[in-house]
Amino acid sequence: MTATAPKPRALELKDLRMRFGATPVIRGVSLDVYEGERHAIIGPNGAGKSTLFNLISGRFAPTSGSILLGGAPIEGRDPFQIYRRGLARSFQVTNIFPRLSVFENIRCSVLWSLGYRYSFGRNVAKLRDANARADEVLEQIGLAARRDARAGVLTYAEQRALEIGITIAGKARVILLDEPTAGMSRAEAARAVALIRSISAGRTLVMVEHDMGVVFDLADRISVLVYGEIIATDAPARIRENAAVQAAYLGTSLHA
Amino acid sequence: MKSADVAADTAAPQPGSPLRAIAGSRLAHWLAVALTLLALPHLPGLDGNFGRSLLSQMGIAAVFAVSYSLLLGQTGLLSFGHAVYFGLGAYASIHLMRAIDAGLAIPMPLVPLAGAAAGLFFGMLFGSVTTRRAGVVFALISLGVGELVFAAMRILQGFSGGEEGITANRGIGPHPFGLSFGPQLQVYYVIAFWAMAAALALAAFLRTPVGRMCNAVRDNPERAAFVGYDPVRVRFVAFSVAAAFAGLAGGLHALNYEIVAAEAVGAGRSGTVLLMTYIGGVQHLFGAVLGAIAITWLQVSLSDYTTAWQLYVGLFFIGMVLFAPGGLSGLLLMHRPILATRALGRVLASYVGAAIPALLACCGAIALLEINYRRATQPDAGTRMRLFGISLDTSTPWPWLAALALIAIGAWLARLAAPRVKAAWAEAMEEAAARSTPRKGAP
Repeated sequence: MTATAPKPRALELKDLRMRFGATPVIRGVSLDVYEGERHAIIGPNGAGKSTLFNLISGRFAPTSGSILLGGAPIEGRDPFQIYRRGLARSFQVTNIFPRLSVFENIRCSVLWSLGYRYSFGRNVAKLRDANARADEVLEQIGLAARRDARAGVLTYAEQRALEIGITIAGKARVILLDEPTAGMSRAEAARAVALIRSISAGRTLVMVEHDMGVVFDLADRISVLVYGEIIATDAPARIRENAAVQAAYLGTSLHA
Repeated sequence: MKSADVAADTAAPQPGSPLRAIAGSRLAHWLAVALTLLALPHLPGLDGNFGRSLLSQMGIAAVFAVSYSLLLGQTGLLSFGHAVYFGLGAYASIHLMRAIDAGLAIPMPLVPLAGAAAGLFFGMLFGSVTTRRAGVVFALISLGVGELVFAAMRILQGFSGGEEGITANRGIGPHPFGLSFGPQLQVYYVIAFWAMAAALALAAFLRTPVGRMCNAVRDNPERAAFVGYDPVRVRFVAFSVAAAFAGLAGGLHALNYEIVAAEAVGAGRSGTVLLMTYIGGVQHLFGAVLGAIAITWLQVSLSDYTTAWQLYVGLFFIGMVLFAPGGLSGLLLMHRPILATRALGRVLASYVGAAIPALLACCGAIALLEINYRRATQPDAGTRMRLFGISLDTSTPWPWLAALALIAIGAWLARLAAPRVKAAWAEAMEEAAARSTPRKGAP
């Protein structure tokens, strides 16, 4: 992050706005995410962090403003279209395929990326690349031993790992993680940090996270979202010293 | 559901089992099915016209139910109008048969393909609208489409023959290899062939990328969208394929009965296929086959014994929904983990011990039902009737008291037997768990 030339943008938000009825939730967010960086979005509860993710990933359409992924506008498109352009996301509330096996969960998540689309003519058991990639991801997220278990019977921490596995299994260049360590114990969170570090290599990562230890450990840059507006975007050390940020977080410690 | 979960979890394929062995065993399964289909109409009891006709009906119902299972079990779409595609396939086929009767040179066994084509066409036509939503909205729209098509078939007399239907003769037309397709045995083999082909094709479909995504969309359509798949498109594909196979079943129906009437697209038939599939179990395609066989058998044989047969089918359905949501196939598969245990014998023995008093109670309940049913529907027939081969006078209190006593004693004995079933199960599960632990610990 020491280059002086303008850095290529993986994701650009330009004056993004979103209203639920008459209530503005996102009130003019502009943000550049550089290619290859790990960018954290923090902010108090109700600041609009999850809504922002839902706008970027296509779950909701913005009221106004634009979202550029690799320079091309994606605002208002369907989630599967945005995914096909190279953006994948995880969810704060675990969002897996509960009746499929752990392996099937991952394999279903690599099919589109590998170009199998709605194919009729192939037997998935014989798709070497899909099966190999699924096993590779299982190894990476530490669920290889649970390969044939039904996803719905996994423990909470295992399901969180699977959630990340589904997100990163494909070829998405930009990954959004929504509170990847929510509800985890210290030891589990530490493992999740190591996992996030390994899966974000060579990709752009944007994450919403409440655990400041995780944020300051992982992020190259941090944006602070308060009341639907970004009040600061900077390197972790500078964010810690920022007066406005401290005011927004009054009473909570940023020195976790 | 709890026991089904356990079964699915512990019955997972063993790691390291060579792929070729699996492929080999799958081939062996299908061969066994094919041989069974070949042999069935020659078994004693089934080798007459009645038996072969029953087998033919079961085959048609099985194809229809399996196509429905693709929708409900695999894709999570609850349709109340699946008979639309069955019926329109049947109409397409009967019209083709009439054309053959008039001189068109197509062998009769190919007729069901016209049904499949019609099913596919109308499935894509209606499916492009109905599959935009899942859940309750989809179910309600399917009901509406069903009523619409049924009304249309009653109005379009020239095409459908209305409630009387239109007929054709399967015996006319080219006779390949000297086969006339007149005798029921030949028709049965045509049906068995197409049923086997349909089962193979649908099983293969579920192994394709889009087939796997049907399961994913069933489980979580939103997540499927976030890994690149449009859930509406996946549903549309599943719906169209299911409609094509429903149309194939309709074609077999036309070939078997040589008549198609408006009821072929009606709500009754849509309800029956839902019943069959659910009773058989929606989690596996073969569950639908079990359900089709069971319900067809009940429809055909029970109606010989009692005019209240639909009531029994309904009670059976309610009982399955309440106590065995995994259906017949779920009940069978529940036993997979304990198949190799020594306690299996004790489990089966405990079943017999519980089944006998349960049967007693059922006999009592049936007696009460039959007495009341007869008094309500045939008040002029007098008070004397025969039940289980026994002559009764329902104006005396004795039949009523005997029935109530049977229910009470049977229920009481069944309650006594229940803990034994539970204990035998616990023992078997423990043994199965002890057996699988070292295997799990190894890697």
